[in-house]
Amino acid sequence: MGLTLPEGAGTTVSSMSPNWMTTRMDALVNWGRSNSLWPMPFGTACCAIEFMASAAARFDLSRFGMERMSFSPRQADVLICAGRLPFKLAPVIRKIWDQMPQPKWAISMGACASTGGIFDTYAMVQGIDTIIPVDVYVPGCPPRPEGLIYGITLLQKKIRGESLLDWDLRNEQMTGPDGLFVPARKIDEVSEPFGNSVHQTRSA
Amino acid sequence: MMKAPDVAALRAKFGPACERSAVSNGDHIVWVAKARAHEILAWLKTDQGYAYLVDITAVEYRDPELPLEVVWTVRNLKTVQELRVKVGLDPKAALAVDSVVDLWKGADWLEREVFDMFGVLFIGHPDLRRILMWETYAEGYPLRKSFPLRGHFSRSEQTRQALAGQPESHYSLEELSIADEYQNLPPDVRERLKQGKRGFVE
Repeated sequence: MGLTLPEGAGTTVSSMSPNWMTTRMDALVNWGRSNSLWPMPFGTACCAIEFMASAAARFDLSRFGMERMSFSPRQADVLICAGRLPFKLAPVIRKIWDQMPQPKWAISMGACASTGGIFDTYAMVQGIDTIIPVDVYVPGCPPRPEGLIYGITLLQKKIRGESLLDWDLRNEQMTGPDGLFVPARKIDEVSEPFGNSVHQTRSA
Repeated sequence: MMKAPDVAALRAKFGPACERSAVSNGDHIVWVAKARAHEILAWLKTDQGYAYLVDITAVEYRDPELPLEVVWTVRNLKTVQELRVKVGLDPKAALAVDSVVDLWKGADWLEREVFDMFGVLFIGHPDLRRILMWETYAEGYPLRKSFPLRGHFSRSEQTRQALAGQPESHYSLEELSIADEYQNLPPDVRERLKQGKRGFVE
């Protein structure tokens, strides 16, 4: 059948009919999910140009199952934020993220989306991970298509390690009453001081 | 290079209201009195042929003694002359000048931008709202010299306020595509839109 499963994930069993195969459910589902990610392109700046180059003939994202750009968030699997995000767009990307059904992933493409980049100003979100959860950060200003494709393969690798029994991939996660996706204690554990003063933390 | 505009005619007509003039890199600049700026711009438009409004902007200098200037750039398309008209305002006092939307309809958004970035009030503007920042933006006027580059509030407070914003409410009813269908909407929806509750599905 031409399926490429991860090594040791499945074994084909010959029996009366040739159309038999046994495998782990996780491996099969993750194989399908990781190879048919539909991206929701959120392009705001020059990173979007590189993103378009990635999708065009020379780099050809469809080799990774990303042939169809999903311009509706309701049919999308992975949000790719390509470019800087001003505060005025913060409620927009949050709404798009909330409209995407689980399971969903996010790639932060480029320095501005990941950290604010050179735009350390009043108008710019300092990293989209202050607005939505992010799975893969792609560095670069802007990253070359190879960089983005490497980020996508990293995300595929992550997806192959996920489990169907992980309810985080099934349940819609909305922000709590404090406006955060995860408890503030957890955020402070993994992050460093942040913002326009050394006394600020990411969860504040 | 453009031909020199007739600053002398302006001076002869308005006398002391034309405070001073200068030529900088071939650009002709006149400083005029705040009270008569609208009158002078109207005269430039109708009598002198400066029919095209290129831009409205403002400048605040680092030297606090210098006035904050509102700048109109007007062009005579027939003679290819350009004139920059400036009005000085005291940056410590309330900033207000007369709107020129009645002369050039295109001044609408330009004046809104100057209001958004500098806080200059344009008296007589039909719809003076913020245009770049969202309407509930509470930190002040970003291009003023007293405004810190990263804003007044902490990053977390900025994020919280930005996320609380309703992108739909930034637009007036006329700017939303629903405005064309307003008369065909159900009465309760019309009532809600009239109260300014936009973008909600209850």
